[in-house]
Amino acid sequence: MPWVTRGLSDGIVTTRYPRRPDGYGDGFRGAVRTVDPSGGDAEEAAAVAAVCPTGAIHVDRAGVRLDRGRCILCGRCVAERPDRFAFDPSPEVAGLTRASLVVGADGPGDASELAEARAALARRVRALRRSVHIRHVDAGSDGAAEWEVNALVNPLYDVHRLGIFFTASPRHADLLLVTGVGTAAMVEPLQRTFEAMPEPRVVLAAGTDATSGGLVHPTYATGGGVGDVLPVDVWVPGSPPSPFSLLHGILLGLGLLDDRRRAAGGTSSGGPR
Amino acid sequence: MSDAQAHAVGTGDTDPGRSAVPTTSSGPGPTSASAQVVVAATDLAATVADQVEAGGRFAGLVATARPDGATTLQALLVRAKDVAVISAALPPGAEHYPSLTPTVPAADWYEREVHDLFGIVADGHPGLDPLVLPLPHGTVRPRPGGPGGPGRVLHPDTAPLPAEVAGEGLFTIPYGPVRSGVFETIEYLVETFGEDIPSLRTRVHYKHRGIDCRFGALGLDDAVLLAERVEGTASVAHAAAFSCAIEQLAGVTVPRPAQLLRVAHAELERIVNHLDSMVRHCEGAGQAVANARLSTHKERLLQLRSRLCGHRFGRGVVVPGGVSGPPSWPVDTTLSDLERLERAVRSDVGALMVTPSFLDRLRKTGPLPPQVVAEHGAVGPVGRGSGLAADVRADRPANPYRTLGFEVAVARDGDALARQHVRVTEVRQSFHLVRQALDELGEELPALRARPGTSQHAAAGHGPGHEWWTPAVPGDGIAVGAVEAPQGELLYLVEVAGGRLARVKPRCASFHNLALFPAAFQGDIFTDFVFIEASFGLSPAGAAG
Ligand code: SF4
Repeated sequence: MPWVTRGLSDGIVTTRYPRRPDGYGDGFRGAVRTVDPSGGDAEEAAAVAAVCPTGAIHVDRAGVRLDRGRCILCGRCVAERPDRFAFDPSPEVAGLTRASLVVGADGPGDASELAEARAALARRVRALRRSVHIRHVDAGSDGAAEWEVNALVNPLYDVHRLGIFFTASPRHADLLLVTGVGTAAMVEPLQRTFEAMPEPRVVLAAGTDATSGGLVHPTYATGGGVGDVLPVDVWVPGSPPSPFSLLHGILLGLGLLDDRRRAAGGTSSGGPR
Repeated sequence: MSDAQAHAVGTGDTDPGRSAVPTTSSGPGPTSASAQVVVAATDLAATVADQVEAGGRFAGLVATARPDGATTLQALLVRAKDVAVISAALPPGAEHYPSLTPTVPAADWYEREVHDLFGIVADGHPGLDPLVLPLPHGTVRPRPGGPGGPGRVLHPDTAPLPAEVAGEGLFTIPYGPVRSGVFETIEYLVETFGEDIPSLRTRVHYKHRGIDCRFGALGLDDAVLLAERVEGTASVAHAAAFSCAIEQLAGVTVPRPAQLLRVAHAELERIVNHLDSMVRHCEGAGQAVANARLSTHKERLLQLRSRLCGHRFGRGVVVPGGVSGPPSWPVDTTLSDLERLERAVRSDVGALMVTPSFLDRLRKTGPLPPQVVAEHGAVGPVGRGSGLAADVRADRPANPYRTLGFEVAVARDGDALARQHVRVTEVRQSFHLVRQALDELGEELPALRARPGTSQHAAAGHGPGHEWWTPAVPGDGIAVGAVEAPQGELLYLVEVAGGRLARVKPRCASFHNLALFPAAFQGDIFTDFVFIEASFGLSPAGAAG
């Protein structure tokens, strides 16, 4: 079979996301949510927090809070404390403020701060062209994040259909997508890339490593994510961040999600297959 | 073990002066495969050279800081039946030892790494230029293994690679660290007179994360999670190699159902990595349809893995002593999904391998001189594409591969096409292995399900003899875990002292093979670059540490 016929033989394989939810939620670990965020005595608080290898879980009298920006989705809390934690299949885990990644008691961060961040971002990205160009920089990833970013152009996600393209030049870039823990050696190259981008520009921290340093931080060579180096607009947790999470984060950062979906925040979009 | 020891003694016999070297087996359990030899630092180079002469393959040099300020140098030698660790101690304050590189050139990069991390100088090394951590002169060094590490961020000297070659008509072209396109960060410097290539050099320090020191700060349970993130595209291999070392030190054998599930995940990992390499070849060769189709298959396989365990990269599956639990998706459904994918992959890869414009682009591209490959002891598809039949799956029989039926894929030409041929064969084999493993698992599952406590957590407190997991409490000692990662042989040197992880050193194929990268540039550098890089299939994360 010649290649052109092969290319047509499967018909349309591309997801309809974000217009429709995608069914690929089966068994998928999008994020961890709290089932029972109530607080406990000191002993219980220490026991629950100690489960997490990255310090993502914080417990006090007010309740349990889980910082998805630190979570590497190892599943230990879910396995050991199913009474308190469960996996959420939704890949829509991105947030516009660092605080909005914290779930559990008190809800997802400070609502007014989030609204402010959203409004400011919306004002800035209004001037962006209809098609958007992304510059990717790896600041010390484990290599898996690049696969997930690259997956966005495969036929199953095909972000070109949404007018999203990757560019090699920072001068043509609207969005800087950064993967990795933010190594000391990448501080300068990151800043140079950011400075070469025209305004308005959006910065997306892709993955738990880029958000907080994940399990790799702290070492003598790492920053705790890239937030200290760049003005991050969108945080996308994940270890690595899945393609749907990245896509959701990109659309969120560009103001391309309608309000209903934005408001939905972390609720499930994964339906039955 | 007895064969291996006979081998070591036989080596010593050729030089009576060294035959007195004490040879001890770590021998903590049935799966143990490391022998240990202690020599004086001044004898390290000669001992390693003897071992290489006797047929051993030099596979790395690791340094470990001791609490008292001393440093241990540990050379890894892969022999017919085991991995020997040849150790030499440097007393506190000693910063020199005779270099291995003049007699064993493969030691070059390792001695540079040791210099970067410890400040220890290999006397006689041809050029200890920074590789993974270019620190300004006189800076404190991280010294992994030592107490605590530097405790603050060390700021590397980020000056670009200096030009080495001088002359008229010289062009210096820096690639990276930030690449054009979605790539991992790496630095290349090409120095060329027109289209000739006098030199290509590479450094990986931009991505250096200080992984070695981080391992020292983690407990056993967390360390396996870090291993999964050393080289994120080979998470399963890393978790397995680390676990393999721990299991040796604990003297436990992984229950067969867990072994089978590990094989299924490891081989799925190999398939997606090999597909990734092929996709990048297609991209470079302008094979748009093949590119789209193979990346679709790759994505579907990642989704299948995610159904099987909840994670697209298989993280969380392998734990020391076994696996974290049974597959989270019905085995029969997985098998039928897999069959469909296998058919599609086979058909598209088959078509690609008879597409003349694709084959022409790879043939004679990035050829590695056979003597260079042999001398370096290249691993993985890079070595096998040049006729080196090394594959941990065949060389270490203490795993289920033998019973599942497996043959090492080898090609001889040493070019990008030969490496592609190796991957094509391995993809076919890997599908077969996954099917075999899942078939057997599927037959056993009903019986396993019927028994209580079939997950690690349910088993807590139930003691050993468990189907998916057996408690693996390591005794003190040193062990080398070995696994064939998609990139090639992956070794984990693990030292446990006082029940703590005193040293964990992943020896990634990406590091070992990357040193050969410049040797592959013999044609037109600009048009060949993408194919050489894709055909090496390495991960800068694994190389940078
Ligand atoms: S899943 Fe996330 S929150 Fe839970 S233990 Fe693991 S890292 Fe911590």
